[in-house]
Amino acid sequence: MRAAVIVLPGSNREQDTKYILRDLLNIETDLLWYKETNLSLYDLIVVPGGFAYGDYLRAGAIARFAPAVQVLGDYVVAKKGWVLGICNGFQILTEAGLLPGALARNEQKKFVCKRVKLRVENTETAFTQFFEPNEIVELPVAHAEGRYFDTPEAIAKLKRNQQILLTYVDENPNGSVGAIAGITNELRNVFGLMPHPEHNCETLLGSGAGLRFFQSLVHSREAVHG
Amino acid sequence: MASLALATKHGLSAREYEAIAHALGREPNELELGLFSLNWSEHCSYKSSKRFLKKLPTQGKRVLQGPGENAGVLELENGWCVAFKVESHNHPSAIEPFNGAATGVGGIVRDILSMGAQPVAILDSLRFGELSDAPSRRLFEGVVSGIAHYGNCLGVPTVGGEVYFEEAYKDNCLVNAMCVGLLKKDELRKAIAHGVGNKLILAGASTGRDGIHGATFASEDLLGDSEKKRPNIQVGDPFMGKLLIEATLEAAKLPELIGLQDLGAGGLSTAPPEMAARGQVGLAINVEKVPLRAAGMTPYEIMLSESQERMVLCVESGAEQKFIEIYKKWGLEAEVIGEVIAEPVYRIQQGSKRVAEVPLDALVGGALEPDLTAHAPQASKISRKNSSKFDAKCDVRECLVALLRSPNIGSRRWIYQQYDHIVQSSTIINPGEGDAALLRIKGEKFGLAITMDGNGRHVFLNPYEGGKRVVCEAMHNLVAVGAEPIGITDNLNWANPTDPEVFWSFEQAIQGLCDAARALEIPFVSGNVSFYNQSETRKIYPTPVIGLVGFLKELAKRVPLGFQSATDLIYVIGKLDGKCAGSEFIKLFYPSDYLLDTDLELVDLAFEQKLMRALLSLTEKKLVCSAHDVSDGGLLVALTEMALQKNLGAQLKLRSQSEAVLFGEWPSRFVLSIALQNQSAFETMLRNSDIVFERIGHVADVPLLTMEGVSLPIAELREAHESALTQFL
Repeated sequence: MRAAVIVLPGSNREQDTKYILRDLLNIETDLLWYKETNLSLYDLIVVPGGFAYGDYLRAGAIARFAPAVQVLGDYVVAKKGWVLGICNGFQILTEAGLLPGALARNEQKKFVCKRVKLRVENTETAFTQFFEPNEIVELPVAHAEGRYFDTPEAIAKLKRNQQILLTYVDENPNGSVGAIAGITNELRNVFGLMPHPEHNCETLLGSGAGLRFFQSLVHSREAVHG
Repeated sequence: MASLALATKHGLSAREYEAIAHALGREPNELELGLFSLNWSEHCSYKSSKRFLKKLPTQGKRVLQGPGENAGVLELENGWCVAFKVESHNHPSAIEPFNGAATGVGGIVRDILSMGAQPVAILDSLRFGELSDAPSRRLFEGVVSGIAHYGNCLGVPTVGGEVYFEEAYKDNCLVNAMCVGLLKKDELRKAIAHGVGNKLILAGASTGRDGIHGATFASEDLLGDSEKKRPNIQVGDPFMGKLLIEATLEAAKLPELIGLQDLGAGGLSTAPPEMAARGQVGLAINVEKVPLRAAGMTPYEIMLSESQERMVLCVESGAEQKFIEIYKKWGLEAEVIGEVIAEPVYRIQQGSKRVAEVPLDALVGGALEPDLTAHAPQASKISRKNSSKFDAKCDVRECLVALLRSPNIGSRRWIYQQYDHIVQSSTIINPGEGDAALLRIKGEKFGLAITMDGNGRHVFLNPYEGGKRVVCEAMHNLVAVGAEPIGITDNLNWANPTDPEVFWSFEQAIQGLCDAARALEIPFVSGNVSFYNQSETRKIYPTPVIGLVGFLKELAKRVPLGFQSATDLIYVIGKLDGKCAGSEFIKLFYPSDYLLDTDLELVDLAFEQKLMRALLSLTEKKLVCSAHDVSDGGLLVALTEMALQKNLGAQLKLRSQSEAVLFGEWPSRFVLSIALQNQSAFETMLRNSDIVFERIGHVADVPLLTMEGVSLPIAELREAHESALTQFL
């Protein structure tokens, strides 16, 4: 397996994500400069957390025009591999139209950094297969624009298609519609989530449950390519 | 040519104007006056404080870089070093809280960057007026969102800090930001220029008209007309700051880099001359080469601008393009603006026209030391009272709940939830989870503990004892998590030093800091002084803020704050008796007396040293399940905070339930919980270390805090603790 973590001007979790993939999971991982457009080497592309282009205008609104993000659409449609967008990455993927809906300013209008409880709603995806159905996991969030939003029809469709992979339990930290924390696309090869699995991959930092999202992908790659 | 009147407008005295003319051998022009006004400002020159700062201990076996650089640097282990410094942004934050605080964070992060270090943590020490006061609330909310805005975007976690709300800070809030960075020993960089012909590169943001005369503004009282100084306040761009970090860390790795400095207070007027003075060379720069963001800027405006997100680099001649390319790659400006010359002068050219030339020895380090006098306040102002008069029976529930609800004591969650404290995946003890923040370094066994402390009320009541306490309390925070204190950075926030009583308290408090640091063998490696924190009617408490860094040999031996399991024994160790003076309890329940009772308990430094060693041995031997120093709020508040962590209770049997025992804030005290099987090893060790202790109860499964005649549900205490800030917001 080979992974790339896209580095946009203002990304700030590219090293944290690379650390999980390369140092904890032994995956060959490149930091991919945002001007690169050749994704053919990679089984996994991560759009990491941060404030790409300062989140000026609106989170992800400028980043979607970055060359490396522009070519993600073809990569997804051609089913070349998986795309994972964490936090700012999720915002960018919705702005780029690779995931439906939008992420609006948190209901309480403030940045929020805390641990939250999440339910894994669908474990039959490449991203979540290492979880038990309805398993509750704890991950931290750290964002100011994480309120998932879409029309009632679109939300109903997400539910019908089982595209909602993660929901907030007990407490909804940003006012997301349907407590949605993470969704996948119809092709099931793009996953965007607001919480940060990369910050809970070791017992020193918490339960370590976040690692299973990445392990799920490694396993999926092995299942595909043997 | 300039006149004395113009010099006065620049905040220079007649005596200073004469000295400048003498150094130049002629009358200075306006730009030259501007250069001197900034370099000789209190903010940049430390002219009133430096003879006292010299007293502070600065030597130690880990010290790689002491005071005098952009940050202090200590050696850790395996080649790792830590760079850290605290700096204030008080005046700008009082006028424009959001941008003032944001640029304060940006500035201190660039100081760390100047050492070649990767910034890994931010902490903030804040002071405001009472939260019941609407303007103070506005400042508080603005400052917190400014810190969040800048720090979160940078990707540097804000891992800790402290905040107090007191009437004394109503007109002058304090915003002290500390940054910590990591580097390998061979990556250490300095702010120096040398080698005639080598080039000076200005990199980062372009230069605009913002922040002109910021350092001079910071060196005068904050008067009612300060609103007019709003144009003096810089505006930060954290996105640009983030790009500057990335580019500069890349540039710092090139062997052709000679020196590196951020442009902070004074901009191009102060940073390049400081680099040249260190290398004992001169510099010639051409203002026409400076990338500008506004048209028609004069040499004066260019030189005095404090536009943010700029660095200056001295690089080997011939290598400049390599550096420029790195900055261009990150979308930043970078231009060669000048070069090193042999003549020891700072020469400013506008194209071929020489617009200023001043001797560097006069400009840097030539500031005249003002003739300041110190004397103690008259005895009539200090009416000594005996705290024992407060020792009546009190309603424990009412008092404890009120203390937990005090904004000076209760939960800081509302603040730290707005800060990204998890980025970089290295925060092991998060805000609210311990007496100090704890960071790991990936791949290493050891950890780095960090805390900030600075109780101004104690220093106000007794500057010498208060100074000692600040250092000791910071030390307590570190040893409570199991870390050994290794170095201090300090930010001395004071009122106007020309007031003899203010200056007296400065002298006294520094002596206190100095004596405590010597006794505990902790060097001061960097620092900052902020004077003039007063308005027409109000002076701040003298507030020395300490940033203390500690080394934890094995992360696995870190000690949590919270009680761990029922049946663990609870002990108080250290100084077991004392008085109430200076406590939050007195402030809440005896508001008319609390600033009169100056009878602070004295800090026994020899005992503090023993206590520190004993705590470190106990944690090294893994004899402690949880630890907390007893400070703000006293014993019951400390016990409550330990119970809240894992929602456990405590069953207590106290010698006395007097107000002093329950709520006194005297120094040199810890609460520890110990597993039953370790009881005798624990007690033996303390006896051998000559530390007194007292078993006061045990941890309980049921979330209740119980003692004779009192049973308090933890849920009720939690509710009070959590509402301390939110009740006002």
